[in-house]
Amino acid sequence: MRRAALVAGGAVLLAWPLLVPRYFVFLTSLIVVNAIVAIGLNLLSGYTNQLSFGHAGFFAVGAYVAAVLTVREPALPVVLTLALAGLATALVGLALGVPCLRLEGLYLAMATLAFGFVVVEAILNLDWLTRGNDGLAVPVARLGPLALASDAAKYYLVLAVGALMVAAAVNIARTRTGRALLAIRESEIAAQASGVHLAAYKTLAFAVSAFYTGVAGGLFAFVVGFISPDAFDVFLSVDFVAMIIVGGLGSIPGSILGAAVITLLYDWLAAFQNYRPLFFGLILIGCMLFMPGGIASRVPRRTPPAR
Amino acid sequence: MLGVEGLSISFGGLAALSALSFEVAEREIFALIGPNGAGKSTVFNVVTGLYRPSAGRVRFRGQDLLRLPPHRIARRGIARTFQNTEVFRQLSALDNVLIGRHAHLRGGLVRGALGLPSVWREEAGARAVARALLERVGLAEVAGVEAGSLPLGSQKRLEIARALAAEPRLLLLDEPAGGLNPTETQAVMELIRRLRDEGGLTVLVVEHDMELVMGISDRVLVLNYGRRIASGSPREIAADPAVIEAYLGSEEA
Ligand SMILES: Nc1ncnc2c1ncn2[C@@H]1O[C@H](COP(=O)(O)OP(=O)(O)OP(=O)(O)O)[C@@H](O)[C@H]1O
Ligand SMILES: [Mg+2]
Repeated sequence: MRRAALVAGGAVLLAWPLLVPRYFVFLTSLIVVNAIVAIGLNLLSGYTNQLSFGHAGFFAVGAYVAAVLTVREPALPVVLTLALAGLATALVGLALGVPCLRLEGLYLAMATLAFGFVVVEAILNLDWLTRGNDGLAVPVARLGPLALASDAAKYYLVLAVGALMVAAAVNIARTRTGRALLAIRESEIAAQASGVHLAAYKTLAFAVSAFYTGVAGGLFAFVVGFISPDAFDVFLSVDFVAMIIVGGLGSIPGSILGAAVITLLYDWLAAFQNYRPLFFGLILIGCMLFMPGGIASRVPRRTPPAR
Repeated sequence: MLGVEGLSISFGGLAALSALSFEVAEREIFALIGPNGAGKSTVFNVVTGLYRPSAGRVRFRGQDLLRLPPHRIARRGIARTFQNTEVFRQLSALDNVLIGRHAHLRGGLVRGALGLPSVWREEAGARAVARALLERVGLAEVAGVEAGSLPLGSQKRLEIARALAAEPRLLLLDEPAGGLNPTETQAVMELIRRLRDEGGLTVLVVEHDMELVMGISDRVLVLNYGRRIASGSPREIAADPAVIEAYLGSEEA
């Protein structure tokens, strides 16, 4: 039954570019990109209880690394470009995670917020590399002889990478690493008493979260084809946090659902740009009041003991 | 096996432990008792590396523990439970015990993410061990239940199962019978005795329930205001005037 649903869902996703107008293909790519970020953010905030308001910063690092690499080395296979974008962002995540070990709650939120600003400033200052405020046109991604120029081609790239990253996250969540992260969220002293190296896992969570967000940033660069610093402002970080709150903290399916809801909402509200913060505020407040566990909490678990 | 020498620690001028020394032998059930605030839990917190003493040494199987962080101490073979229960509340009972096995599993981030067959084999093995432990403490039927929603008595037993999952040599139990009814207390006593007799474990237990203390311990050490006031067999302790004085002098009888 569940397998059948998965197969049917997969088939629809594969046929999607044939079924819907081009714009929706583009929009779906964005949803998947955001879902990857939301999963990464959830591993940090929902699993390990380290709140971040700086993920737009990681997203920007991934996007710019991928874009600059492709400008310099147009023939580089996109898979390699994305891996490098992810790894570079993971290093940045490590560099941020280590000093953040001492911080909790609001202080951590402030530090990550500041990180987001620092990244935007850095992009502006490195204008010989990033072209600063003018923005950077991202060349077409290549995979061997293939040029991934159409919306459909980009969509398939995003979908394939997204599927891999979702599968990896599900595996991580179900095994030793995911449990250690959850243990830290639930009780740091009991986690340590069980042999969990607190500092190592908290830092690891930062690195993995940054890796996911960096890869997503790289995909984003290819999907939209043009990036500039103003796309990575603090509101984007807030959007990412909204995705995991709406979807459900500590839930991977919830991350995907939350990303879909927020991305679609953002799209529908595009005509009402000025009211966007208002709508978002209302939705977030409503969610916290009436659905504190997010959408994921409203979906009955399949087999409770399995996890 | 565990040697504590001249341990002192104070909190804001209050001496929680003053030059405390004692030695726990292999396969011994050693009880630490004393009135509220005597410093019993503090001993556990120093031994497991959560608190750093101002003076003294803690040696475990010939090695100094004081330089080690808590997770390293756990990996040396010391597991514990907590007075006010520290179960992973939003996780299932089974996951709680699986986290107790953390140090025995190899699957790291990358192998886990890739979902290699070796990782799933290891997971299956860990699950089997965890289920057997839940069975052993009588929680097999609630393996999938969120730990935070279990009654206190079950949470206490769950903590014991989680501690055992680490396959420790020394088990520290902080008031395992606290808040339990007499039947549950009997079951816990029986469990502790079996862990020593069949599993060869050494147990250091803090407990206010005198029936448990007198019933299972080989030796008892009595603390008051962070100092040893008596130690010996349960029988000797029960007759010691200093102990009777300390207990009658506080509300805890
Ligand atoms: N982290 C801490 N900060 C400040 N004071 C502490 C701390 N831990 C323990 N104390 C103090 O040290 C003394 C000993 O506390 P401890 O918890 O070891 O007592 P206990 O013997 O376990 O008592 P109980 O039977 O009530 O559990 C108490 O006065 C307590 O207030
Ligand atoms: Mg205590």
